[in-house]
Amino acid sequence: MDITFLIAAIIAVLATVRVITCYNIMHALLYLVVSLLAVAVVLYTYGAPFMAILEIIIYAGAIMVLIIFFVMMLNLGLETAEHEKAWLRPRIWIVPGLFCLVLLGELLFLILQNRQPAAGIQVVSPKQVGMAMFGPYLIAVELVGILLMAGIVGAYHLGRQQGKTLHRFLENNLDT
Amino acid sequence: MNIHPTTAGLLLAGILFVLGLISVLIRRNIIFMLLSVEIMLNAAGLAFVVAASHWGQPDGQVMFMFILAMAAAEVSVGLALILQLYHQLRTLDSDEASRMRG
Repeated sequence: MDITFLIAAIIAVLATVRVITCYNIMHALLYLVVSLLAVAVVLYTYGAPFMAILEIIIYAGAIMVLIIFFVMMLNLGLETAEHEKAWLRPRIWIVPGLFCLVLLGELLFLILQNRQPAAGIQVVSPKQVGMAMFGPYLIAVELVGILLMAGIVGAYHLGRQQGKTLHRFLENNLDT
Repeated sequence: MNIHPTTAGLLLAGILFVLGLISVLIRRNIIFMLLSVEIMLNAAGLAFVVAASHWGQPDGQVMFMFILAMAAAEVSVGLALILQLYHQLRTLDSDEASRMRG
């Protein structure tokens, strides 16, 4: 366990804690981007540079930019942050947080106890990943393509507005 | 303190997953719940990559790419659903959507 992994892991955990305790959603999104970048560094230290680049491009780039544009489109203001502060009272979060921490303790105990004797990290090259992906996993790749198409069609269908027939200028004229 | 790298990676993945789980449980803003699901998916992918580097097999990384594609599809559909919810109910409170009113 080298020092780069340790630093990146601590940054990832702290940024994620900030995400789940933030009231303002834009600040939470920025902390989440930091957390994803730290996870990308962790992936790099585990001998998966291609996955680290994919994490940065797709997660921290595409998905986070999609969510940020979506939040900007909803035009939420300071009022939403106030709502959030009212919703996140300690009475609500203290019991589920406690239960989850107990579960985390059990998980840590089990992982630390059942230590693997095998030696360190083995680097898996992107070539191996590609050979596996378009060899034994070919059907799964096709299914992921179908899933992405279903996502596009579903997002279009759900996000479509019930069409306004009138321009808003004409609508205002009708009202008066 | 000498911890095996696989153990350390699985610990990090577990901690991130539990943080996402806590956030899903305690939040009522539906955008924050979506973000928490993203955190949990990311932690699962990290565990897959750590396992792949432990055994030196590419299967875990292939699974990580599938998780990435699934997260992208899930976010697009989830954001469209949130948009519909916001247009119909004028709020982001997930409790408001507990009754399906047609």
